[in-house]
Amino acid sequence: MSTTTIEKQADRQLPYFDDRLIFEKSRPGARAWHIPKNDVPSAKAAEYLKGVALRKRPPALPEVGELEVIRHYTNISRLNYAITTTFYPLGSCTMKYNPVMNEVAVMMPGFRELHPMQDDNGIQGALALAKRVQDYLSEVTGLPGTTLHPCSGAQGELTALLVCKAYFEDHGEDRGIVLIPDSAHGTNPASCAIAGLRAVAVKTGPDGLIDVEDFKKKLTPEVACAMITNPNTLGLFESRIHEIAEALHANGSFLYMDGANFNAIVGVTRPGDFGVDMMHINLHKTFTQPHGGGGPGAGPICVCAKLEPYLPSPRIVEEKDGYRFDESNPKSIGRMRGFAMNFGVMVRSYAYMRRLGAEGTRRVAEYAVLNANYIRVKVGAHFTIPFDRICMHEFVATSKKQREFGIHTIDIAKRLIDLGYHPPTVYFPLVVSEAIMIEPTETESKDTIDRFIKSMVQIAREAETNPSLLLEAPVTTPVRRLDEVKAAKEPELRFNCCVWEPSP
Amino acid sequence: MAAPNNCRFLETHEWARKDGDTIVVGITEHAVSQLGELVFCKFSKKAGDRVSARQPFGEIESVKAVSDLNAPVNGVVVEVNNSVPDALHLVQQDPYNSGWMLRVKPDAKSGYEELMDAAAYEKHAAEEH
Amino acid sequence: MPFIPHTAEDTREMLGAIGVKSIDQLFDSIPEQFRRRGLLNIPPTATETEVMRDLADLASWNRSTDGRPCFLGGGMYKHLVPAAVDHLQSRSDFVTPYTPYQPEVSQGTLRWLYEYQTIVAELTGLEVSNACMWEGPTAFVEGMKMASSITNKKRLLVSRGVHPHAREALKTYMKWQGVEIIEIPLGADGRTDLAALRASLNDQSAAVGVQSPNFLGCIEDGGAICEIAHKAGALAVGSFYAISLGLLASPGEQGFDIACGEGQPLGNYLSYGGPSFAFFATKKEFLRQMPARIVGQTVDRDGKRGFVLTMTTREQHIRREKATSNICTSNTLMALRGVIYLAMLGPNGLREVAEQCVEKAHATAERLFKSKGCSRLTTAPFFNEFCVKFDQPVERVRERISRQDILGGIELRRWYSEYSNSLMFAVTEANSKVECDKLVDAVGGYI
Repeated sequence: MSTTTIEKQADRQLPYFDDRLIFEKSRPGARAWHIPKNDVPSAKAAEYLKGVALRKRPPALPEVGELEVIRHYTNISRLNYAITTTFYPLGSCTMKYNPVMNEVAVMMPGFRELHPMQDDNGIQGALALAKRVQDYLSEVTGLPGTTLHPCSGAQGELTALLVCKAYFEDHGEDRGIVLIPDSAHGTNPASCAIAGLRAVAVKTGPDGLIDVEDFKKKLTPEVACAMITNPNTLGLFESRIHEIAEALHANGSFLYMDGANFNAIVGVTRPGDFGVDMMHINLHKTFTQPHGGGGPGAGPICVCAKLEPYLPSPRIVEEKDGYRFDESNPKSIGRMRGFAMNFGVMVRSYAYMRRLGAEGTRRVAEYAVLNANYIRVKVGAHFTIPFDRICMHEFVATSKKQREFGIHTIDIAKRLIDLGYHPPTVYFPLVVSEAIMIEPTETESKDTIDRFIKSMVQIAREAETNPSLLLEAPVTTPVRRLDEVKAAKEPELRFNCCVWEPSP
Repeated sequence: MAAPNNCRFLETHEWARKDGDTIVVGITEHAVSQLGELVFCKFSKKAGDRVSARQPFGEIESVKAVSDLNAPVNGVVVEVNNSVPDALHLVQQDPYNSGWMLRVKPDAKSGYEELMDAAAYEKHAAEEH
Repeated sequence: MPFIPHTAEDTREMLGAIGVKSIDQLFDSIPEQFRRRGLLNIPPTATETEVMRDLADLASWNRSTDGRPCFLGGGMYKHLVPAAVDHLQSRSDFVTPYTPYQPEVSQGTLRWLYEYQTIVAELTGLEVSNACMWEGPTAFVEGMKMASSITNKKRLLVSRGVHPHAREALKTYMKWQGVEIIEIPLGADGRTDLAALRASLNDQSAAVGVQSPNFLGCIEDGGAICEIAHKAGALAVGSFYAISLGLLASPGEQGFDIACGEGQPLGNYLSYGGPSFAFFATKKEFLRQMPARIVGQTVDRDGKRGFVLTMTTREQHIRREKATSNICTSNTLMALRGVIYLAMLGPNGLREVAEQCVEKAHATAERLFKSKGCSRLTTAPFFNEFCVKFDQPVERVRERISRQDILGGIELRRWYSEYSNSLMFAVTEANSKVECDKLVDAVGGYI
């Protein structure tokens, strides 16, 4: 019975889509756009470039008309699930609603048309905005030194590690170890390697929290800092965080907090208050910078007063006649990137922070946690939840109960697609086998969440009664499960344009 | 998955087998099943290079995992199975024979005798998962 | 509350289902002494209208390049942007999805990234491209880092013509890697001094890093640099101005092993320096050492063509401390603007933009060089950016420019103490004749 059902579903007429790439629509001589003719009296470019090596062959860019460009990219955009169309309970990614007003704000000519090499006196509005974002972040984290410099969360954590290294160097110490719980994000050890630090793993205890005894055992004089995600990747608050902080401080070490999960606690508690010395904030998680299919984001870091002198350059300073950039700090680790910051990201986050205000900031965490716990109790009877107690903004379930029917987490994820949801994060954290990590965020209504719960319960039932529905899923998408082995073994990483020659 | 009795094993799932005055090295069937379908393999050592016990001689990858290949013994490489990187099915289907990776001329202190025997390795592999 | 849709009834029902009395109780795992009872010291909740007014106010404090002649360059350039770029990029199905880890529901993002990789490979003349990076200077750092790991050598040679920001970032990144960074001076003509480069290379050198056109605007002799680097067993890493690739010899043609560059000129706004993106390409043999995400073509269960993120074992979430780089969130959406921009222009359109940059810049430069008290700082061929040396204090010149409400003239001595009283100007297709005349007028008083 099951196979015929599947075939029927597979036969179901999917909305037609033109499978061709833009290159396959290219016709020599077609052209969508022209720049105005040169109105400056001049010779031809070739004369100015005598003796310079020019391209032998033009790049094989697509040659198409304007409507073809519009139609092509409009159509392929529809092949994505997005927050604006679909519930996206992707654990650890905080896929909350991205307010549309942010997109209007960032397109204001007074922001988008600013050149990064302009003098400070021409960008006072931009600097004021950036300074306010800094002040807001310092207030919500309880850490006085904030820089907006880093490009992303991963660069933020690297920046913090370099700041920490610089502090020890300045104090004549050479510390080379970072303690990291085994449930950490992969970026943590990767960043350590670049900062010349060695990551030492700390065990997760049976309660899903850091094994504090194991932690203390590993806390040697060489430990520069510990990198702790709090709430951790299991969605649990490290309730002994202060004890960990005290032990670190007594050892002359610092506590770094990975702010990936800040959405769970923003406004409710401040990391600086429970002993954190430095943290990064993913503005593309907590502060509504859209994810853009993989970025851009920004990873500001906030540090305690002791570490502030080492923050990257340049820094914004406020003086009586206005704001300016300061590059003169001799203890600074220097520059991590080109220009000062991802300013457009700051505009969006500023707009959001202003909307929330003091009360709204607190409600973010409260409703994020409420939504997560509501789903947890409602699906708990149908899926295994290894740490089944009140969670923060997310929780981890597993497909253990479904295993006897030959179902794995990946099948549940793919079936959710057919039911109209973006799957949760799967197979992370690594400390839980077959993990399904669900983070609803505060912006989802009870109605949406109830429907999602219904679908999860339905899938649990289908796993038992009609597992092929899961094993064959998805069948409603433009492509079905893809052959990742083929992709990795026989890499095809670009379209072969040699089949046609661009017009002269 | 029985581990062959004529081999010794490293805890990171490489096997070593005496063959005349050389030792042949590869990865175990258990390692292959844990990695899943293999997509890439690269040896960092060639004939004439030294290898040391528990030090990497290459890397092997599946779609979602990557693993160092560690030498089980100390010695000098006399031959590398160069057909493996282009024919990963050899390792996938026959890890103890045609999927062999290195042939090593062992040092006097090769470390071979200290490696796990088949029974100990099977116990180790079972405990890991 | 903004963006939180719960009614009081919803909240009550949900708390009941969870079995707690209050939302507060959900936070019991946070020790009492760290729980905040009051509100934080930040402004109160505001409506959309209030916030938009505030933003408009802040924006009005800025003297933006909108409606003002802008001759600033130094890494980012004001180019014309087709309306289609704004329109298509702002589609929420591109803006709001996550990284395409679930390929069946991310074919949109994966498809255009595959097109992007093709475009970058074409522009650079190299075989493989990744699916974009953060921005120019960090891409250059990653390129140098990659060259060091390929060659397993720890000596990096960097031309002083490379953007000072990129050189600074390289120093910050390499500080704890035991890597030696050697700066190669510029010759009198403004290009990398090839004799000095030859003299500094030895068999321990991993890479030679250059930028073309370089920071002073001079077009480097890439072919010669690559030949010198390769002869010493080092790799050649180059950072390029994207627009120039429509006209000048491609990095691949010149022999570069790794090519990267700032992506902003391709359809992105200046946005005070970010977010933009960077392109990054290399030879096939170095594919597995390439940082950041890569998209590949494959087939689905029914044999239908589809696209996936591939070779992910290079990345931090699998290889952890041994990863090729720690890049995770990148600047993907900004690269989409580049793809749409280039699809709108095609090869001929891109060449025309490049040619017009060259023509307008040279015509304007010639007039400035002839102006009273002005001379040409460098003699090497340039693309669209050039330096003028003044025989009077540069402050006076800058004041005259500023009085005309012109943005431009980057002071070189900020990074190059040897070039006093010199300003650098960039001219693009976006500058009109009226603007160019105004600049010449303000700088030289020459009409």
